[in-house]
Amino acid sequence: MALKGNLRDFSTTQLLNLINLARKTGTLTIQGNEIAHVSFREGKLIYAHMGNENGNLAKILRNAGKLSEEQARIIETKARGTSDKQLGHLLVQAGYVTQSDIIQSVRQYVLDVVYKLFTWVDGLFRFDANKLPPPEQITIPIDLESIIMEGSRRLKEWEILQEEIPDLDTSLRFTDRPDARLRNINLTVEEWRVVSFINPRNSIRQIARANNLSDFEIRRIVYGMLQAGLVEFVRAPKPKPATEEPVKGTRRAKSETKEQSPAEKRSVVTRLIDRIRSL
Amino acid sequence: MQAVKMVITGPFSSGKTEFIGTISEIDVVSTERKISSSAEKIKESTTVAMDFGRITVDEDLVLYLFGTPGQRRFDFMWDILSQGMLGFVVMVDSTKPETFREAKRILETFESYAATPYVVAANKQDQEDAWDPEDLRIILRLRPEVKILPCVAIDKESVKNILLELLYSILEQLDEEDNA
Repeated sequence: MALKGNLRDFSTTQLLNLINLARKTGTLTIQGNEIAHVSFREGKLIYAHMGNENGNLAKILRNAGKLSEEQARIIETKARGTSDKQLGHLLVQAGYVTQSDIIQSVRQYVLDVVYKLFTWVDGLFRFDANKLPPPEQITIPIDLESIIMEGSRRLKEWEILQEEIPDLDTSLRFTDRPDARLRNINLTVEEWRVVSFINPRNSIRQIARANNLSDFEIRRIVYGMLQAGLVEFVRAPKPKPATEEPVKGTRRAKSETKEQSPAEKRSVVTRLIDRIRSL
Repeated sequence: MQAVKMVITGPFSSGKTEFIGTISEIDVVSTERKISSSAEKIKESTTVAMDFGRITVDEDLVLYLFGTPGQRRFDFMWDILSQGMLGFVVMVDSTKPETFREAKRILETFESYAATPYVVAANKQDQEDAWDPEDLRIILRLRPEVKILPCVAIDKESVKNILLELLYSILEQLDEEDNA
């Protein structure tokens, strides 16, 4: 099925959350001011690049300060046509960099690309299932939960936060989802404080007061936790006032004015099922 | 004559009128008028009061289907329509991600009215651009026990399936209440 739309309607955070939870494999292409390609395997980020530069390893290592400008220039010239994986082996063997340098630098490059996407508010996107970078590309699996948390931290737009969490009198609970992979989430001190108060009996507003957090700060923290799948809203039906009168001018059906016994209700539902099946 | 009702809700142009029209034994009674807002001009006319359909079960029982107006300025109708409902269906146009946030808002509003069973119908699944229902489950943050079902609102069997699944959910809730 197609997975395409516009970031105006569906944010980067929501997209990554979907890819994470559905453990999707494929490549997300976003056409904003630039074009970004982000690849995932089973819900983990494995590679990303922006524009046409395609994450050239020599440039990545130079930008990370692991190679000098001169070294990078020479390597780029001599190693033209060599894949990133081959180049990485050569550089490690020659003692220019360590394997850890390469992993950390590529990881940071990929993360920088993805964090940039969080600031995009407009752009067509499409997800091509099972489309992956070529095998000679260096890919590093990175859990999306922490990325979503960090990206959400960078999301400053108060309007969006307010729209996502309009009611601070709602309470939260920890997600009871068996497939949640929450081990690698990094929380700030403030977030840990909030976590310690998460309880269906505490409203978000009460948690904010207890931690001296502004409405904006608590919304930002809660938004990050929601998007990472750490917590969810507790939705209790609003109790209707005992004295509530029928709305004027609304004629209520018999089922509304007389409380049915479970047996009567079951009989009604069964008859409805039989009737609809026969249509 | 006993009357029970189900509410069909969802964002503007999600397929509520078609859904009711496909299954109702009477022509859908709807108050429609020309669209005034430019943002909503993708339809020639839209529901401004409610759609109303009927399925007669037998001489003692009739099911009414009420479609809610899809535009925000008619939100005040939702509470009125939701009173006494047996259950509700949230229609989502699977091809329009720009409406998913609105669908979530509507769903949460109806959830807050009453602890009534509901199902989500991922409509327009016959179209190439339709998002997968399980992707919609994640987007709408549906609990695992809430059913999200593929739907084509102009197909009678599809509409029957949605209503039957809602009725099964109501039976399940009755069973849970019995066991509690």
